[in-house]
Amino acid sequence: MLNDPKNYSENVKAFQPRIPYVKNSLKAFLVGGLICLFGQFLETFYIHFFHFTKQSAGNPTVATLILIATLMTGFGIYDKLARFAGAGSIVPVTGFANTITSAALEHKSEGIVLGIATNLFSLAGAVIVFGVVSAAVLGIIRLFIEKAF
Amino acid sequence: MSQVRKQTWRFDHPIYIAATGTVVGPLEAQGPLSGHFDKAYKTLDCGEKTWVEAERALMRRAISFCLAKAGKAEGDMDLFLAGDLMDQTVTSNFIARENRIPFLGMFGACSTSMETLAQSAQLVDSGFAKNVLCAVSSHNATAERQFRYPTEYGGPSNPTQTFTVTGAGAAIVTREKGKVRIREATIGRVIDWGMGDPNNMGTAMAPAAADTIWTHFQDTGRTPEDYDMIVTGDLSSVGSPILNELLIEKGLDITRVHQDSGLMIYSPEQPVNAGGSGCACSAVVTYGYLFKRLAEGSLKRIFVVATGALLNSSTTKQKDTIPCIAHGVVLESAKEET
Repeated sequence: MLNDPKNYSENVKAFQPRIPYVKNSLKAFLVGGLICLFGQFLETFYIHFFHFTKQSAGNPTVATLILIATLMTGFGIYDKLARFAGAGSIVPVTGFANTITSAALEHKSEGIVLGIATNLFSLAGAVIVFGVVSAAVLGIIRLFIEKAF
Repeated sequence: MSQVRKQTWRFDHPIYIAATGTVVGPLEAQGPLSGHFDKAYKTLDCGEKTWVEAERALMRRAISFCLAKAGKAEGDMDLFLAGDLMDQTVTSNFIARENRIPFLGMFGACSTSMETLAQSAQLVDSGFAKNVLCAVSSHNATAERQFRYPTEYGGPSNPTQTFTVTGAGAAIVTREKGKVRIREATIGRVIDWGMGDPNNMGTAMAPAAADTIWTHFQDTGRTPEDYDMIVTGDLSSVGSPILNELLIEKGLDITRVHQDSGLMIYSPEQPVNAGGSGCACSAVVTYGYLFKRLAEGSLKRIFVVATGALLNSSTTKQKDTIPCIAHGVVLESAKEET
């Protein structure tokens, strides 16, 4: 019985399209994996040709990926890639670059300070907050474990 | 005007739609109804600097097409009734600043199209106005920006999500004899059956549409056979079967005549998930395609029920559920009246 306001949200489930989790996961794995593979290629490139160490090569690698994702966002390609890839293009650092660039583009019309600067981290802010907080918590845990042993 | 029971108005005088104007964006122009709009912009920005100005351009052009086809000027209009999805309905307000017609701003989310049309007909019927211009608009990028994410943000999409139609529709309501007559209007109640997912408006709005359609048949005593089409606004592929099931349970089967604007405007291959939505969705389908069919007489009587989800982006984040509404207008072909 669908005409039951109290239990509508439960009863209407039979009418909902199924989300293809397996297909989505495979697509995300494929695209996310390819982005990471490309990142690995960049890192090896920086180590071999610009004599970075394995530790320091991460910086130019991430910078290059961010630059590419930012350009792709500006040219209107990244959101089309994401429509196919789902989580595959959100999780890597390129997804982070996309959130910041897209917010900047969107709020350009409201000015540099109140538009771009204010809204730049409107999507990325949550990632930064939880990133910093979890890093701090894990850092403290690690400190205690190191002291204990 | 006479009231038929509580929620339905039957207009005493013959009220007509003198002319309509419809403008759409690029994706709508690739859909199955492409030939039925007055203009299709090739780009989403409509040649303007910002999305907000692009939406304004849509409404401005739809109105100018409408006035030109009716052979009237802005000064001939007694009232301008308009609404859109932007905060404080700025598109309508700013267009009213340009055309200087006495203005009543309206908001019923995506049901605004039929809300303005019903209200215009009532004002003309009661004699408070001779000619009323009504218009609505929506733009995919302004809606995305306000309700979801920045335009270029790449997020995953949900199969229940709808795609805001870029476009605007305008109509002139008058007592002067025209080809399409406005017969009745059924004003909806706000219905909330506890759905809170803003990415699943079809499911949330289906009970509101069912309530208005059910009430309409109770009020008028008609049956679905009396209509060539019952067109809902933007229930999409998710909400439409739910609407039909809700009514079948109550003993009213409209499946044979039911169509949804959100499914008519795009083809299934287009990347719009569950279908189209927005004020412009029902407006351009009604004022573009359906108006032509009524004017040529291939449709005799239709019932357009525009559905609206009355939320904003904060209420859903605050875990509140979505109040929904549906307003219906009965349109008839006046081709054989002469």
